[in-house]
Amino acid sequence: MIGVLALQGGVIEHVRMLERCGKKAIEVRAKDDLKKVNALILPGGESTTLFKLMKRQGLDTEIKKRAKKGMPVFGTCAGMIVLAKEIIDNREQGLGLIDISVKRNDYGRQVDSFEEEIDVRDIGKVNAVFIRAPIVKSCGKDVEVLARQNKNPILLKQNNILVASFHPELTDDKRVHELFLKMNSII
Amino acid sequence: MLKGGVIMDVTSATQAKIAETAGAVAVMALERVPADIRKQGGVARMADPEKIKEIMAAVSIPVMAKARIGHFVEAQILEALGVDYVDESEVLTPADPSLHIDKWKFKVPFVCGCTNLGEALRRISEGAAMMRTKGEAGTGNIIEAVRHIRTVNNEITALKSMNPKQLLSKAKEYRVNVNLVNEIRKLGRFPVVNFAAGGVATPADAALCMQLGVDGVFVGSGIFKSSDPAKRAKAIVDAVAHFRDAAFLAKVSVGLGEAMEGLEISKLDTRLQERGW
Repeated sequence: MIGVLALQGGVIEHVRMLERCGKKAIEVRAKDDLKKVNALILPGGESTTLFKLMKRQGLDTEIKKRAKKGMPVFGTCAGMIVLAKEIIDNREQGLGLIDISVKRNDYGRQVDSFEEEIDVRDIGKVNAVFIRAPIVKSCGKDVEVLARQNKNPILLKQNNILVASFHPELTDDKRVHELFLKMNSII
Repeated sequence: MLKGGVIMDVTSATQAKIAETAGAVAVMALERVPADIRKQGGVARMADPEKIKEIMAAVSIPVMAKARIGHFVEAQILEALGVDYVDESEVLTPADPSLHIDKWKFKVPFVCGCTNLGEALRRISEGAAMMRTKGEAGTGNIIEAVRHIRTVNNEITALKSMNPKQLLSKAKEYRVNVNLVNEIRKLGRFPVVNFAAGGVATPADAALCMQLGVDGVFVGSGIFKSSDPAKRAKAIVDAVAHFRDAAFLAKVSVGLGEAMEGLEISKLDTRLQERGW
């Protein structure tokens, strides 16, 4: 069973995408829900809000513990920020599950949101939606960059962790989700 | 991505920080909260840009600001300031007696209010990227929000049993293109997110709106007109995140102090929800 963290953000879009990939998904709101899943998606939302709500449920430490034991985790947009080792200019501390340094809203404010065709390794052209997207400023040597936009890494992987600065759940294209499922042999 | 979140009205940088700490997904910058606009009267306009800038500098979450209905220059100014959303709002005094802003001309996304499906579709046709059911702002009384959420839901359900001829006549009645009506019928919801607004005063009010099917909640006067804003703001955020969990709602509803003073709808001099065409 795959879980989608459902405290805030684009939850239903991920659930539907997983269903289109032939997977059953449940919404994760508390520690008990997390016990039922063997993989987790952290959706886009407001990272500040997500951090606070996760902490209030003790989900931050629990997700960290499970991911370190090998549970596959996929974070999109704000979900990527949550998983990052370092968040530049921010009071919140990332879960440190992927060795990247990110800057929030670095493409600009809401008006600077955009869509662009990108090239993803092993997949090909993908239409990517960026909304107040974070930018990965640097990443460690164990991190693989699977796609870039204007030289910035936008899809990255380290062992069982996958992150995207864009929103693959907002298009009709299920290939990025399939990549996550395949990557961790969940398919 | 605002879905599943709470957007709070704030009138200062200090209030914006309280909202951010509570877990708000965005703040709405304005000069006076609706309860004060109602009490003090006079013409309510876009907030002072100085104040909006202060609020934008104080928080890292998105900042929205209100423009008067039809006042496209206020919207241009807000866009130039770099706000994340413009709310073309009935809470402010309307500037145009017959037209709303042509929102397609802007890059900044707009949120608009609605009391029924026709009003929502006109706003979406004009380019609104987000809707909110209106409720009755500044009253702390949830009945109008519930009325509008249910009206929209019922009207969308009704589309499902209509034949093409009936859909065409609905489109005429709503004064929108039939393609949009067909799209709503197919989706079973708006093509944009829809939040509840107007009259939310307690965590229970917020969860009620969520259980009725909205994507999130705006809280206007409900927070900063209560006796303990920080505590109430956090409780409302928690209630929206866990809106189906009654035991959890019971827990967060404890010890919040006094809610804002409520007003009976039938005793109001001005019904803000009636502004908008």
